[in-house]
Amino acid sequence: MVIAGLIFVVLGAAIYFPILRRRVKRAARLQQQSEEQARRELAQPITVNPGDPRVKTKLYWASDAIDSTLVPVTVELPLANDPVLRSKQVLNTLLAGPVDVELRTLPPDAVLLAFYLLPDGTGIADFSEALATSVPSGIASEQMAVDSIARTLEANVPQVRRLKILIHGQEVETLAGHLDLTGTFVVATKPAAVPVKPAVAAASTEKAPTTAPVAAPAKLTPEKAPGKLAQPDRKP
Amino acid sequence: MLLDVRNVIRMRIFFLAGTGSLALAGAAMVHSAQSPAQASGAPAVTSPQVGASAQVAPPFGAQTQRSGLNIVVLDPAHGGTDPGARGTGGIRESEIVLDLATQVRRALELAGFQVVLTRQGNENPSFDDRSATANAQRGAVFVTLHISSTGLPGTVRVYVNSDLAAVMEANGLIPWDRAQAPFLGLSKKFGDLVQGMLVQRFKGSPDAAQTAAVRQIRTTAAPAIAVEISSIVVEDRAELDRMGPGVADAIARGAAAFKPSYVVANVPGTLP
Ligand SMILES: [Zn+2]
Repeated sequence: MVIAGLIFVVLGAAIYFPILRRRVKRAARLQQQSEEQARRELAQPITVNPGDPRVKTKLYWASDAIDSTLVPVTVELPLANDPVLRSKQVLNTLLAGPVDVELRTLPPDAVLLAFYLLPDGTGIADFSEALATSVPSGIASEQMAVDSIARTLEANVPQVRRLKILIHGQEVETLAGHLDLTGTFVVATKPAAVPVKPAVAAASTEKAPTTAPVAAPAKLTPEKAPGKLAQPDRKP
Repeated sequence: MLLDVRNVIRMRIFFLAGTGSLALAGAAMVHSAQSPAQASGAPAVTSPQVGASAQVAPPFGAQTQRSGLNIVVLDPAHGGTDPGARGTGGIRESEIVLDLATQVRRALELAGFQVVLTRQGNENPSFDDRSATANAQRGAVFVTLHISSTGLPGTVRVYVNSDLAAVMEANGLIPWDRAQAPFLGLSKKFGDLVQGMLVQRFKGSPDAAQTAAVRQIRTTAAPAIAVEISSIVVEDRAELDRMGPGVADAIARGAAAFKPSYVVANVPGTLP
């Protein structure tokens, strides 16, 4: 049953991809005109450097087959090796959203303001207030938002072991009334393959070679495994 | 700029309903009469610490013996300035869960439970206030009621907290901020039982409780679950109202089924 659903999704994606791609291009043009986009570019001068090698990137968005679960979508993106830049790139792509806006996990007006990586592997993602004010209020919806961030980092940036979410530079009690943001979320469930460089904390972001805004995903391949739930990690 | 988020110390004021005591504490403590490792034991209820020294007597005398699960603390979430999820036509989560709580209360009372509500009207107690209502009871479970913004309409999900590292100070006190930690196993059992009752009535709901970092549960020193009904995005409120009796019945039956798992040893040394 589930497999049949997934096959359906894969076939559907293959058939509708050209249409969706046109739609995305149109949406992208519209978006560029918006003020929000201007703010996004101000906040994030670095998105993708086309010179970086293209790698398969997994982005966790909502599944359209199974209620309230995440599913990874694989796209090829030029990603930096630097974990801070790479985290920004994948999170900005996650924020840009999937082609089907119904499957978004994060509000379209939310912006990643900064990303820091502490030497112990704690990634600190600082989002604009829209993440908290525009995400639909509820345990399920807030969980999906946080999980999509945690799982996307886990899949693409092995140096990030834990996740702390800030809203406009501040620790907040909850995302939108339910999900606890006072702790950190476990990101990496496997031992680190790549050692975390010491003193990468708060690496400066603002050196931009030839940059381009994150393009629409080049290839959409829904995969089988639904997203796991993020486990908060509370240590003294 | 280097942010250190690991050593944030929050100063808070706690009002413990059962004791009538006020405590200003960096880390308020919840006192556990027996070791939380004895998973079936209910905690002797909270004594917040003022600084490092002040102790407040538990709300029930040490000789008071109450065994087992008697009380369900029902938390109609949101309220006051916080409407919670909002649907078309101006329906509000805060109002629907308050009505739902009345139905759940009736079902629980018919099943022989005493029910305590964290709010009676359209007010919005803090997370800590609501937890304090539960933490002041002995032999209680806690159920926070929600309506989601998303998800398949007509389904209901039960959530329990994700793993919290269980921490207990040498003096046997559990930090308020992690009050749920010793109860995670019992919460999961309770949550699975309620979810099992719900899936029989609401097809498409999960078979077992889900885990999530629910803020309300974290500071609650009792087996605690969140019940979230999908969803506020219905054509009209009547669709949600029709779910009320089934949800109430499932919670009451789940609590009754959980009762044997909730065994309290009142007298020290009587646990096997
Ligand atoms: Zn709610």
